[in-house]
Amino acid sequence: MLDFPLWKKLSLWAVTLAAALLALPSLASVAGLSWPAQLPDPRVNLGLDLAGGSHLLLEAKAEDVRAQRLTNMEETVRQLMRGASPRIRIGDVSTANGQLSFMLENAADIDRARGLIEPAMQGATTVREWELSVVDGQRMVLSQTEAGVNQAIDDAMDSATEVVRRRIDELGTREPTIIRQGATRIVVQVPGLQDPAGLKALLGQTAQLEFKLVDLNALPSNVEAGIAPPGSEIFPFAPGTPEQGASLAVKRLGGIRGENLTNAQAGVDQQTNRNVVNITFDGQGGAKFAKLTSENVGKPFAIILDGKVLSAPSINEPIVGGRAQISGSFTPESANTLAISLRSGALPVPLAVVEERTVGPDLGADSIRKGLIAMGIGSLAVIALMIGTYGRFGIYATVALVFNVLMLLGLMALGGFTLTLPGIAGFVITIGAAVDANVLINERIREERARGRKVVAAVETGYREASRAIWDANLTNVISGVALFAFGSGPVKGFAVVLVIGIVTSVFTGVTLTRMFVAGWLRKARPNDIVI
Amino acid sequence: MKLLKLVPDNTNIQFLKLRVPFFVLSLVLIFGSWIAVAVNGLNFGVDFAGGQEVRMTFTQRAAAPIPSLRELVGGLGYGEPVVQEFGAPNQVSIRVRLPAGAEDTPGAATAIGDRVIAAIAAEYPDARRDGNDTVSGKVAGEFRNQAILALLAAMAAVSIYIWVRFEWQFGAGAMFALVHDVSVTVGLFAITQMEFSLQIVAAILAIIGYSLNDTIVVYDRIRENLKKYRKMPLPELLDLSVNETLARTVMTSLTLFVALIPLLIFGPPSLFGMVAAITVGLFIGTYSSIYMAGALLIWMGVTSNSFVPTESAADRQEKLAQGKL
Repeated sequence: MLDFPLWKKLSLWAVTLAAALLALPSLASVAGLSWPAQLPDPRVNLGLDLAGGSHLLLEAKAEDVRAQRLTNMEETVRQLMRGASPRIRIGDVSTANGQLSFMLENAADIDRARGLIEPAMQGATTVREWELSVVDGQRMVLSQTEAGVNQAIDDAMDSATEVVRRRIDELGTREPTIIRQGATRIVVQVPGLQDPAGLKALLGQTAQLEFKLVDLNALPSNVEAGIAPPGSEIFPFAPGTPEQGASLAVKRLGGIRGENLTNAQAGVDQQTNRNVVNITFDGQGGAKFAKLTSENVGKPFAIILDGKVLSAPSINEPIVGGRAQISGSFTPESANTLAISLRSGALPVPLAVVEERTVGPDLGADSIRKGLIAMGIGSLAVIALMIGTYGRFGIYATVALVFNVLMLLGLMALGGFTLTLPGIAGFVITIGAAVDANVLINERIREERARGRKVVAAVETGYREASRAIWDANLTNVISGVALFAFGSGPVKGFAVVLVIGIVTSVFTGVTLTRMFVAGWLRKARPNDIVI
Repeated sequence: MKLLKLVPDNTNIQFLKLRVPFFVLSLVLIFGSWIAVAVNGLNFGVDFAGGQEVRMTFTQRAAAPIPSLRELVGGLGYGEPVVQEFGAPNQVSIRVRLPAGAEDTPGAATAIGDRVIAAIAAEYPDARRDGNDTVSGKVAGEFRNQAILALLAAMAAVSIYIWVRFEWQFGAGAMFALVHDVSVTVGLFAITQMEFSLQIVAAILAIIGYSLNDTIVVYDRIRENLKKYRKMPLPELLDLSVNETLARTVMTSLTLFVALIPLLIFGPPSLFGMVAAITVGLFIGTYSSIYMAGALLIWMGVTSNSFVPTESAADRQEKLAQGKL
């Protein structure tokens, strides 16, 4: 047990020093020193609660994806039936209960209709996305399969994550983290952000832009009551517009969506001196827009963003250049936010912020400072207690403790783990608990000496007998640490990481390293008695 | 050099003599904690209740205008806010719970948070926002479920580990000690109405780990002594084991304690609840290792025979050397 050949000693020191050296860049940055650029620079990441920044958890509603798919399918079916020759007439279209159902006016059309719809039911993958059934020989019912919905949600979230990334990149913040989480969530972490309000406004905007003709025949009283004339739908005006609170009836079909944009920039209208967003369509979009405006000169059309009417200007002349201006009651900020959103594309599904945690950089720096002070005082107290109680053996334990902290920091840097505020508590606990191994060993050595064993035998028995309890105790700690890790959100995970890595390093330094120290001393000094 | 000795050598305190009254006390503590939780409820932070908490510093003032803040935020119509000093006299934390009915609206908590912050910023230009936490009802519900699951899973897993490494009685004893530790810690939060957050659950999981440290050290010694002294009556043997490990128990608890106290006094205020829970849990865990985990072994009938099959050649040799066989 106390036999340490040279190779063993050298490899133990190599491991210890290598891990401890990895801690140096992190220590240098805490001390405010610069680390030479030509050296490798593994550094412990600071969590947002220490570095300052914003954590946002965005969630899409699965129902929104379902509803969107249903609407798309309705449009597809209508187009297919209209395009068939001869035309297949349908009626009583309903999208209630998550199903699309409609009646064929002529039951004889059923096979033709089926032949047209079935290819449209198949998506890009092999997943069966829709079920088609026929009720009473004349009513067709299209229901979404669970697999189809999940596939759609997955696709929507993938592209939503991409859109979120593009939008945040436009803000020019440093090192944002954007990752999908679970089926319907996206985690966004932006370090160093003081005020997340702008970010939330940007991500909260779906940016579905639509241009639709105003239905001039709708009765104002009906519009107010929310009753749309056939072929029309009703949208409220956006908050902040002069017409806020009122609604507008627009034609359902024949409008265009703001999907085909090549650019969007915030600007100021030279004549009215108001904030506007200038958009540029691509060739296809420009052509559609030119057609819409030239066919409807003199009529008003509504600019609708995310289901709210921004404004309803009249078309003074055909707009053929592919450039248009969105007016609305914008502030410079909201015009800029909209421009970014339009440039980065619409979100395929609306996202809501379901969790937000923001820490200012001052508070984070204060936490680090206070944590370091507490850690320093705590370490001194533990060291005093250890040396006072175990003398020489306490000094060995202290050296082991110092290496323990350095190795813990070094391994965290190597693994790219994040130090969080609860992680600081984890460090302090590790400092307090790491010496437990030494306490167990030293107490056992005391006992064995009191029973009359010789020095070397007592030390050997102490290490051997204590190791069993040390092993069991630390393994159960790892088990609860793993539960902690599985349970935790960001900061708590940071706590678990420190505890678990701390257990590994503390067993290594507390048992193996101290044994090497003690063995070296016993071999050299050959004491007949030890003070412990 | 004269070394410090916190626990004298060869103590012979008859801990287990008082096992019945202490066991009754423990049961009272456990059930009392449950009643406290049922009656008082826990003061859930935003993590578990949903809503928003904002921390602010009033840079131009010596002390934060707590009563007027309470009035201002209370006037927004989200119910009575919790406004308290946080860290320094000019720093506050303002907590607004999610109003009933808003649990299922994903963006409700964020909207409330933005309104509260805007209202304070308009009224007090010197208020600097240091941080805020906003949690929607759905996410809060998930945190609650995860917390309960993590606690149960951790307790079950470590109990099974001990059952495998020792005997079923030891696993059951450890499990009972953990139920005690978790119950009493949660009960303390119900009584003091300190904020119960994710960090506190993390603290409880850490307590589970360290309470077990103690339990295992005592159990390990009991196992060793069971093999060594086959004729010794169990209560006596337990007392011997607890006494033999007493110096270690005191020393380890003390080192952890002296490391934690500076963190409690000088550490970041955001960690206070967590560190306080761990500090208290430290003592609860040590107590339960002796009086719950140990005493239960007597009643569950652990005998020397429990470990006969595991007796190794090394043990036999040791006993031969001591002239016991």
